[in-house]
Amino acid sequence: MSALAVAAAALQVVGVLAGAPLVVGGMRQVRARLEGRAGGGIGQPWRDLRKQLRKQQITPSGTTVVFALAPAVVAGSTLLIAAIVPLIALGSPLDSAADLFGVVGLLFLGTVALTLAGIDTGTAFGGMGSSREITIAALVEPTILLAVFALSVPGGSANLAAIVAATANHPEQLVSPGSLLAFVALAIVIIAETGRLPVDNPSTHLELTMIHEAMILEYAGPKLALVEWASGMRLTVLLGLVANLFMPWGIAGSDPSFLAVLIGLVAITVKVVVLAGLLAAGEVFIAKLRLFRVPELLAGSFLLALLAVTASYFLGTPTS
Amino acid sequence: MSWIGKIARVGRMVEPAPDAPEAAVAPPTGVTGSLQLRHVDCGSCNGCELEITSAFAPVYDAERFGARLVASPRHADALLATGVVTHNMRQPLLNTLKAIPEPRVVIAVGDCAVSGGVFTKGYGVVGTVGDVVPVDVEIPGCPPTPQQIITALRSVTGR
Repeated sequence: MSALAVAAAALQVVGVLAGAPLVVGGMRQVRARLEGRAGGGIGQPWRDLRKQLRKQQITPSGTTVVFALAPAVVAGSTLLIAAIVPLIALGSPLDSAADLFGVVGLLFLGTVALTLAGIDTGTAFGGMGSSREITIAALVEPTILLAVFALSVPGGSANLAAIVAATANHPEQLVSPGSLLAFVALAIVIIAETGRLPVDNPSTHLELTMIHEAMILEYAGPKLALVEWASGMRLTVLLGLVANLFMPWGIAGSDPSFLAVLIGLVAITVKVVVLAGLLAAGEVFIAKLRLFRVPELLAGSFLLALLAVTASYFLGTPTS
Repeated sequence: MSWIGKIARVGRMVEPAPDAPEAAVAPPTGVTGSLQLRHVDCGSCNGCELEITSAFAPVYDAERFGARLVASPRHADALLATGVVTHNMRQPLLNTLKAIPEPRVVIAVGDCAVSGGVFTKGYGVVGTVGDVVPVDVEIPGCPPTPQQIITALRSVTGR
């Protein structure tokens, strides 16, 4: 474990912290431009966060410690994921502590914390948002796990760094049916998990159609800032993870040099920016799905993930 | 593919921005260019609502000055009140204002909210918005144009 590997992991966390609001702002800006608007600019989420942090903290009457702690749990679990997953370099100090299953568990921990906070407020919309979120989460988590199974077959390990290293050493694995199916399945569940169109509309004002927003209606001031920051970080980390699972080029090795860390930082920035831009541009062309159709979409992605596992098990040749 | 062609043909339809107006109030938290608004219809004829919608639509695009409509008063910095205050909407208006975290700004939109307009002394009317809650910024007009609304919002966001 070299000092530079530790520094790269710390850089990952700081980069996700600082970059997540910019990713959200950039996606809003792409959308605004395609709609013919001027848009608030890439820095708008940062301005909003700075302002929210200076506002009064309101604790709605009747809420308990569940409501008070949920933002910290979401932000903390997301930061932990940012420290674990290989974004800039492979050899994170926490790499051996958690594999992809651990990451999925941490994601779910954040989701459950927010869901309980939504119920804790006792409002109609909070409970409704929570029930919808948990419905979607229950369909998303198995798909992520199955897609991860499919990806871990060629590398012979569920460790994230091992999967990324195996893909980087054998790029031909990427065009195998198992890998392609897993990519489509993962893309759909990441869109669902981060509350983007067509599953949830992040800019909606209609309480009846909300999912993620409905759970956080009662948050104000610094806690709201933390929740919004965390949801931006989840999006950024998941985009970075999917980028490195399927396009691992440029990532620094487990014992990196200073230059390799720099290249890794530039590479992951470019990858996340391109993916976020594509996602935002794609959202312009689609409308939100009816809530009762969402399980069909997610069941479809589950089927793809199942096919991916089958294909990579029967067709893949282990290359450890 | 016709949509992509349309996006390319239309380009940016937003009106050019005039110079920033003088500040009516200091930005609520000291951060310029960020203002979340919660809109409350206290008893309006919906004329002002149409103009507010239009102010946030692509042609006038209030979002480029940092203003945004939000779904919850807890997320808001400013209350956008339209219409005369009716008996039924007096308490909801007070509740909404109480739910907005400090520091906050109250903006009265339209002649009815500012002075009562044609509905003054109606049997269901409590009074103007200023009679019920303290008002910081007034936007006159029946209804005010999107340009007027945006000028007033910019005098609060400071951008």
